[in-house]
Amino acid sequence: MTTHTDVLVLGGGSTGCGIARDLAMRGLEVTLVERGNLTEGTTGRMHGLLHSGGRYAVSDQASARECIEENEILREIAGHCVEATGGLFVQRPEDSDDYFQEKLEGCRECGIPARVLSGREAREIEPYLADDVKRAIEVPDAAVDPFRLCVANAIDAETHGARIETHAEVIDLLRDGDDIHGVEVRHESGPGKRTHTVAGTTEEITADYVVNATGAWAGQIGNMADLEIEVRPSKGVMTIMNVRQVDTVINRCRPKGDADIIVPHETTAILGTTDEEVDDPDDYPEEQWEVDQMIDTLSELVPILSEARTIRSFWGVRPLYEPPGTGTTDPTDITREFFLLDHAERDGVSGMSTIVGGKLTTYRAMAEEIADHVCDKLGVRASCATADEPLPGSETIETLEAGMDDFGLRSPVARRSKQRLGSRASEVLDTDAANPVVCQCEGVTRAEIQDAITQSGTDLNAVRIRTRASMGNCQGGFCCQNMANELHPEYDEETVRAALDELFQERWKGERHALWGEQLSQAMLNYALHATTMNRDRDPASESGDLEYAAFDSGRQTPQRRADGGN
Amino acid sequence: MAIEDDVLVLGGGLAGTTAALAAADQDVQVRLVTHKQSTLRHASGLIDVLGYTPAGDGPLVDPFDALSDLPDGHPYERVGVEAVREALSFFDDVAGEAYAGAHTGANALVPTHGGTVKPTARYPASTAAGLASDDRDTLLVGFETLPDFEAPLAAAHLEAAGVPFTARGVTLSFPGIVRDDAKVTRYAHLLDQNESVSTGAGETGAREALAAAVEAHVEDESRVGFPAILGDEHAAEVRADLADALGVDVFEVPMGPPSLPGLRLEDLLYDALEDAGVRVTSGVPVVEYETGTDGDRIDHVVVDRTGSKLPHRADQYVLATGGLVGKGVRSERERVYEPLFDCHVPHAADRYDWFVDDVFGDQPYARFGLRVDRELRPLTADDEPEFSNLRAAGAVLSGYDFAAEKSGGGVSLATGYVAGTRAGEEGGE
Ligand SMILES: Cc1cc2nc3c(=O)[nH]c(=O)nc-3n(C[C@H](O)[C@H](O)[C@H](O)COP(=O)(O)OP(=O)(O)OC[C@H]3O[C@@H](n4cnc5c(N)ncnc54)[C@H](O)[C@@H]3O)c2cc1C
Ligand SMILES: Cc1cc2nc3c(=O)[nH]c(=O)nc-3n(C[C@H](O)[C@H](O)[C@H](O)COP(=O)(O)OP(=O)(O)OC[C@H]3O[C@@H](n4cnc5c(N)ncnc54)[C@H](O)[C@@H]3O)c2cc1C
Repeated sequence: MTTHTDVLVLGGGSTGCGIARDLAMRGLEVTLVERGNLTEGTTGRMHGLLHSGGRYAVSDQASARECIEENEILREIAGHCVEATGGLFVQRPEDSDDYFQEKLEGCRECGIPARVLSGREAREIEPYLADDVKRAIEVPDAAVDPFRLCVANAIDAETHGARIETHAEVIDLLRDGDDIHGVEVRHESGPGKRTHTVAGTTEEITADYVVNATGAWAGQIGNMADLEIEVRPSKGVMTIMNVRQVDTVINRCRPKGDADIIVPHETTAILGTTDEEVDDPDDYPEEQWEVDQMIDTLSELVPILSEARTIRSFWGVRPLYEPPGTGTTDPTDITREFFLLDHAERDGVSGMSTIVGGKLTTYRAMAEEIADHVCDKLGVRASCATADEPLPGSETIETLEAGMDDFGLRSPVARRSKQRLGSRASEVLDTDAANPVVCQCEGVTRAEIQDAITQSGTDLNAVRIRTRASMGNCQGGFCCQNMANELHPEYDEETVRAALDELFQERWKGERHALWGEQLSQAMLNYALHATTMNRDRDPASESGDLEYAAFDSGRQTPQRRADGGN
Repeated sequence: MAIEDDVLVLGGGLAGTTAALAAADQDVQVRLVTHKQSTLRHASGLIDVLGYTPAGDGPLVDPFDALSDLPDGHPYERVGVEAVREALSFFDDVAGEAYAGAHTGANALVPTHGGTVKPTARYPASTAAGLASDDRDTLLVGFETLPDFEAPLAAAHLEAAGVPFTARGVTLSFPGIVRDDAKVTRYAHLLDQNESVSTGAGETGAREALAAAVEAHVEDESRVGFPAILGDEHAAEVRADLADALGVDVFEVPMGPPSLPGLRLEDLLYDALEDAGVRVTSGVPVVEYETGTDGDRIDHVVVDRTGSKLPHRADQYVLATGGLVGKGVRSERERVYEPLFDCHVPHAADRYDWFVDDVFGDQPYARFGLRVDRELRPLTADDEPEFSNLRAAGAVLSGYDFAAEKSGGGVSLATGYVAGTRAGEEGGE
């Protein structure tokens, strides 16, 4: 099977989705292919800080300026993906005064609104800050939900005619002499939304231009056409706490370091992170000391963290790039800027460019630059509209508020559903059918799950990402089953079973790194619920061999003769 | 001055209540102190004895065939096979009509809300008509407002598991439930009280309305299964009324938390404690202990009642505070421990060795707990009893993975029974 498109985008992270939206809005025909589900790569495994630029105000002012610009744009066009928490750069007694001053001046030079707070003022904002905190600089950091952001970009690209194909792995680049003209992908099920247990097919997709936005995997794609792309993947850990100890983003005000940021997200707070170069972005050690370091170091700023319950930890790999010959040894010194590699200029191979590096915060600017570049290559004259056109879901918050009671949901549930769905809320929630809560911890209702299934098929991990179902305190122990139930009757029993098994295993994967205290108790409860109550570990439906039911207790007691011989 | 009893049981789950009842049988004064709700709130209410061997063979038709081959240190091996039989018949006497399964040594296969089947030894009367090892055709009824149980899917799953009958499922709306997010206890209460509900046919009792909604869907089936929400205090009556109205047997499919069959079992056990004259102090934790002068015996324990510390003294103590779920076993980043007496809990030093990557693999954490001697006395790392007058029972023990073996209820009964009986014998001397 072969199909053709104007532009083919490889990779469904924030960069790829942003590019697809931008090009589709400019009227080009776009296909995006992603080997997993959207956000499967680094985008779904990052800290969720919408940088104000403060972090880079001393070391990398170009990045800092770009951050504040994009920070302001995203608040406008993607309000429902951003929580304007504000941020603090906190100075402890042992942290340098000079650096504090440099940070403050740096912010001002880059146009980042910054205000100095005394220790007492900082603690008024964040009561759990340590008693001996000295001062803080307040900046407009924010929390961003990368899942919603990516999905909103993808939906909008689709609205503009793009084809978004998930579970479609690029297995080869089609290269003809010095020209790349497409790729071969392997579909995990058929093309379109995913269905478990359906056999895969391959497809050749040809294009006038290919954009490689596979982040930390860009080098692997390059290899398929003998192009060398020097991505230096660097891993970082994040640890999720079960409650939101802080309401603002907390940064440590010192030169650079690991474990120096806390970002509040929905009902949780996420601690991060580390920076360690790895060889293979798909296979790197996830180590205990990294988690310990998060808690130990960050409790210097917020002491109650040392006693608090963690839900899970996860790791991501940064797609850092360094131009050949730079030779930086410490990954924290590698620039956070992004690079557009035109392989025609660089390697004499036309038809493809690669984009690597950067940050989620600046995804839109990156997309704009590459879309300009593609248009230039294809001789298309169209200008970028992504900075002004709101993303789907972010307009008309008022209609959400007004429609609040219409949905027969209790307000916290309704509020959360609406935060997640943005202006699509009425479309999704306005149903005559029963709409019970499927995931209690996150308050996700059936209508939202069904809406996500329409888009993701049996890929319950994608449903999870779209809705946040199974991401709360119970880590899915209580609701994975309910989510899978929602696939029926559209999908048959065997398919539902496979989808549930995959989701449950995936939830366990992240939970393992937080397995002590309450979370270990929860893990035992989840295990018991699935293995003991439901016998899902030894389900006869999934085991080979016939079970001899007749040998077991049929429940019917033989009539008992009374002792006196009567009946 | 301390509050004095002969036997003090710490923890009021299945193991603790059984221990208290068994001790009371020895004509001694028994007290049970318990803190929060027990694991029965989460558990299905089934009493598994052994569904699979530790190597994973099964489902076992007769658990007793495998009981004598269990590895050293398994709680059943500690108490011996005979004690397991005695404990079961002790339970059968306590539970009476409320439980079934005693008529045979064979395990029953019970359908669960996931549509899977699982082996168990004793089951609530409400489940009795629903066994998957019974070959009658079955209609399962689910409700559109209860996302935990998708009846048509469960029916298809049962058929995939090869059950010897035809299973069908329908999804209905539950008469009288107006909120989409009503709790399961709300459904039970509606039926318990037979509240008046309005249907297309006017106002009727909730039971009648439910039967009327189901009736049209029954074809040739002689039994109909519902999620486990059919009443709480008057569950037997609710089932009987539905069965009469529908002219079929009615049963419940066990569900996840909060589990009404588990809560009903808890009520039954606490009623039995009252009848047996056991003093129950609930809602308070035991927080510390003192040893006597020799350091070898527990002299008294201290209960925290909203800040004030009350000493409780007894001759014999039974520790039945549960496992990781009941919080009788706890963990921190660096260690796993028993919080009350700091009894030895064997575990790997590196917490990454506490689990394996396959969620249903052989999980070390599932076995965390205390090692005991054949008297069920917790042992130190050097194999010495921690205290001469302390025994342990139930999920606080190590040496078994109840979830994989399907042995949780049985181990709690057997070890509770033995620990309670021995404590009663010694406490009465
Ligand atoms: C620990 C950590 C914390 C971070 N925190 C922040 C932060 O707080 N704020 C911020 O702004 N930025 C942060 N970042 C940076 C940010 O997450 C990334 O820069 C951004 O998400 C990269 O997006 P991307 O789309 O380029 O890459 P990705 O999201 O990795 O997308 C690439 C996609 O390509 C897919 N792919 C790979 N191979 C193939 C193939 N053969 N066929 C098809 N598809 C393929 C992958 O599955 C993946 O989905 C953080 C990064 C890390 C690692
Ligand atoms: C989800 C789930 C499903 C299950 N399903 C089944 C099943 O289908 N069949 C089966 O046979 N088994 C099942 N089990 C296993 C079975 O329920 C348990 O093994 C059994 O209930 C354990 O009983 P226990 O008395 O040892 O502990 P628990 O029930 O945990 O009771 C311990 C009690 O001690 C109290 N306590 C703890 N510390 C203190 C203190 N310091 N002071 C005072 N009180 C304290 C706790 O609050 C609690 O009330 C299941 C378990 C779970 C979690």
